[in-house]
Amino acid sequence: MSTEFTQSDVVVNLLIFLVTSFLGLELIRHVSRLLHTPLMSLTNAISSVSVVAALVVIAHAKDNFILTLATIGVALAATNVISGFMITERILRFFKKGNEGEKK
Amino acid sequence: MATAVGYLYVLAAVLFILSLKGMSEVKTSRWGNWAGCAGMLVAVVSTLMAVGIHRYDLLILAVVVGSIIGVPIALKLPMTAVLQRTAMSHAFGSMAVALVGTAEFYQRAPDIDTFTVAVLSAEMILGYLTFTGSSIAFAKLQGLISGKPFIYPGRNFVSIVVLAIAAALGIALVINPSWGFLLPIMAGFALLFGFLLVMGIGGADMPTVIAILNAYAGLSAAALGFVLNNKVLIVAGTLDGSSGFILAILMCKAMNRSFVNVLFGGVGATVTSSKGAVKETRTVQSYTPEDLATMLEYSRHVVIAPGYGMAVAQAHYAVRELQDLLEAKGVDIKYAIHPVAGRMPGHMNVLLAEANISYDKLFDLNEINPLFTETDVAIVVGANDVVNPAARTNPDSPIYGMPILDVDKARSVVVIKRSMAAGFAGVENELFYLPRTTMVFGDAKKVITQVVAALRQ
Repeated sequence: MSTEFTQSDVVVNLLIFLVTSFLGLELIRHVSRLLHTPLMSLTNAISSVSVVAALVVIAHAKDNFILTLATIGVALAATNVISGFMITERILRFFKKGNEGEKK
Repeated sequence: MATAVGYLYVLAAVLFILSLKGMSEVKTSRWGNWAGCAGMLVAVVSTLMAVGIHRYDLLILAVVVGSIIGVPIALKLPMTAVLQRTAMSHAFGSMAVALVGTAEFYQRAPDIDTFTVAVLSAEMILGYLTFTGSSIAFAKLQGLISGKPFIYPGRNFVSIVVLAIAAALGIALVINPSWGFLLPIMAGFALLFGFLLVMGIGGADMPTVIAILNAYAGLSAAALGFVLNNKVLIVAGTLDGSSGFILAILMCKAMNRSFVNVLFGGVGATVTSSKGAVKETRTVQSYTPEDLATMLEYSRHVVIAPGYGMAVAQAHYAVRELQDLLEAKGVDIKYAIHPVAGRMPGHMNVLLAEANISYDKLFDLNEINPLFTETDVAIVVGANDVVNPAARTNPDSPIYGMPILDVDKARSVVVIKRSMAAGFAGVENELFYLPRTTMVFGDAKKVITQVVAALRQ
């Protein structure tokens, strides 16, 4: 995957950004108020897909300094991915309705 | 190969979108989390397929370190500390993005086009300031430093100058990308700005600030996506950014304040300092936990309004016991949840859910307020500003205009509170002096446990 890109890439990326913004605003507006805390941990985990960016940089790194920075980036983002999805699952398991709550 | 990866990225993006769609209802929410997980897996695996990684040793090391930090946090963390983890995860996420941005700059400078440097500079400034901002938020929430806003004359001026210097250095980098030595200085000023920004923010504004930092972390990730021409990162970062943005707006609305006022207003410091001068001489009525138990036994409709005090005292399990006992005696129990109760969006909902309280008993501000007139007893557990009637009646109050839970419209109000101290906004609460209000002083958990014991007799 090349990181060299053309003018049309910029336009396409801007379009993706704008469409996702509107879509995101719509989606989040419909998120249940009960779930705002797990929503934060979920979106945080999702945005840690920046680990992908760190991988691309590692693959092309020209010296050890760049390699070090990107590796720390992978570690930080991996922490978020792992703990983010796991804790979201843990929080969501707490939400029960009516009689479900009685079983425990 | 590259095309296959492109399609897989589309799949990952779709899974991320479906993941958020799943969060619209509790029923589908766990499914949504799994969709997010799957999207992440697709994105990472397809990237590993596409790029030639020579240093798998480093990758494995990084993932092992990430697991060692991440897994215990995820499994052991008490729900009362979820907000600290949220602040920490914003710090980690933004630092990751800022470091990768920095690496990318040094990788490509000085042969780097203007657009890319401009986006990179913005991305790094945003990333670094979110890192210190979130770290300070973490330290405040964890009690490592005082939760009070740190205010000094000319604070906003200093903050803005610091940010302006960071921006100017960013522009200098755009003009001449070979001046790589400027980058650490720019990063330093961005870090300083994040520090100054959140130091000036008080506890009650934390939900908004956490949401804003969430938006920044997401936006900086999206910006990195632009730099690397990585579309799945643009999608994920933008979704995270818009989520933080919407939450911040909801929090601001719930406090009747603007973004600017939250970030630069410093509410809680000025008011608190002047408060000491006014000596409070009025008296309040107080009850013992046993009195409260008797009162509750003879009620039909009870509404519980929890606040940060319930979280601090970890009283949510005791509250659940109280609910069970009262329901067994035929009392109807509802919970009134103010959007900014606690220190994080949705904070109270998570705690009550952890205590196995059914979510159909949790009522939003707009749903519960009309019901207070039919409520026999409203119990306020560790909440203060969100039930202060001054928000409706006193135009001079700093919280005037904030939508509140109208507990004062219930037939009687019981406030469980450690002392007469003001809330985090530093405002006196008229509610405590109303004829229909009774105070029960003490730690929320202790008081409710005593009420439960009395009810059992």
